[in-house]
Amino acid sequence: MATATFRIWRGDANEGKFVDYETEVSEGMVVLDAVHKIQAEQANDLAVRWNCKAGKCGSCSAEVNGNPKLMCMTRLNEIPLDAPVTVEPMHAFPLIKDLVTDVSWNFEVKKKIKPFNPRPADADDGTWRMAQEDIDRVQEFRKCIECYLCQDVCHVLREHDLHDKFIGPRFFVYAAALEMHPLDTENRLEELKNTDGIGYCNITKCCTKVCPEHITITDNAIIPLKERVVDQFYDPIKKLFRIFRPKQ
Amino acid sequence: MNHPELTLTDRRFGQTRRHDAWWLQPLAVFLGLSVFGLYSLWVVFQGDHYHHGPYLSPFYAPLLFDPAGHISGHSWLAGRPDWLPLWVPPSLLILWAPLGFRFTCYYYRGAYYKAFWADPPSCTVSEPRKEYRGEGSFPLIIQNVHRYFLYFALIFVVILAYDAWKALWFDNGNGGKSFGIGIGTLILTGNAILLGGYTLGCHSLRHLVGGIRDRLSGAPIRRTAYNCVSCLNRRHMLWAWMSLCWVGFSDVYVRLCSMGVLSDWRIL
Repeated sequence: MATATFRIWRGDANEGKFVDYETEVSEGMVVLDAVHKIQAEQANDLAVRWNCKAGKCGSCSAEVNGNPKLMCMTRLNEIPLDAPVTVEPMHAFPLIKDLVTDVSWNFEVKKKIKPFNPRPADADDGTWRMAQEDIDRVQEFRKCIECYLCQDVCHVLREHDLHDKFIGPRFFVYAAALEMHPLDTENRLEELKNTDGIGYCNITKCCTKVCPEHITITDNAIIPLKERVVDQFYDPIKKLFRIFRPKQ
Repeated sequence: MNHPELTLTDRRFGQTRRHDAWWLQPLAVFLGLSVFGLYSLWVVFQGDHYHHGPYLSPFYAPLLFDPAGHISGHSWLAGRPDWLPLWVPPSLLILWAPLGFRFTCYYYRGAYYKAFWADPPSCTVSEPRKEYRGEGSFPLIIQNVHRYFLYFALIFVVILAYDAWKALWFDNGNGGKSFGIGIGTLILTGNAILLGGYTLGCHSLRHLVGGIRDRLSGAPIRRTAYNCVSCLNRRHMLWAWMSLCWVGFSDVYVRLCSMGVLSDWRIL
């Protein structure tokens, strides 16, 4: 059976270091399997968050060889094992211990986004009617598993720590799902521009690249929202149209 | 083995734990855009060998007037306007529109922020600067003008398509024109198609034709337009690079034919 070395971050918010663990690996293993093996055999106190092992819960987000990944979906045959495999926690969030970070900032951000506010019901029984083609566009955004890898890779959060001015790709996807919903009547554009910091996004598409659900975050969520913000705040012709358009 | 020398967050420029050649793509973008930018600058001020028979270099289309000493048969005006300073070449009057369209394009923005400003150099690679203002404040807030460049770019697609049409009509030696197809015709037609694919896949156009609405089910024309633009938009990067390279290639071909280095092969 082959062996591989995993260089895992051990420590908390105050201090820590990378520690090498050599372990046996076999066909079909993923990084989370190797981490669990190390936890069971060599480092019982190694902290790692996980749940489904199926790429659906979004718990085991970490950085493998510098790339934000779900450990349960990163197969060992896809990464070079001739050099130590670096496994470290996400950088964009405060570290709790080892591979576990405090992602609660994301929950607080989500609370600030105006919730779904549907138009009055279409039918007497209190239900609505929607065309499938209208809902198709936002369906993609509902695939998000909130692993926060997109938040982790975004340089605005990761490198510049602008957590108080920028909500990050995950919540632009969330806002887009609401804003583009055919039943929703709420307007979130002022918040997107002023407090959510959509202008900080410089379209590097790193969020799209790391998304394990393959959501086209930049092209289908962020840029369409940017364009709506341009409509509302920057386009002088649109402003003229709004002045002369009859009130509805 | 412990590694106390390695820190979790190392924000020195270029630091990353990625093993792949992350620098390759930004380097390729840097070289590609630099070469194209310098070549464009040279072409703008060079003012020679921009036409050959029915072919007109896309860098000079539309040709408002011929530079001094040239009669191409492609110019829209009889001569240089008197009010225009002599140092201003005709292509300078028109190239701001397609170059501005590309400069403010969502794809190119992401690409050249990485390649030229290292903002970031690549995903999860540390940056050279601590300060970051993004596109929400001056100067990059100006990028929001993109949709206005789009309106001009759409006009340019029509003009380049017309130039491709004109490239089908060759002098027949009797003072008239006769139908024909040369290699240059195919090249200029390819240029119009690629530029059309790039322009019609623009994110701003996608927004304008349908993205602006939450419901498209009651508007079949708008829905079809949105689906078509979205289809092109999925390969926007590919269209962007293919059209960029083809514009340069088209100019080189017309230039070499005009200089007599190449002779245009007539298929029909």
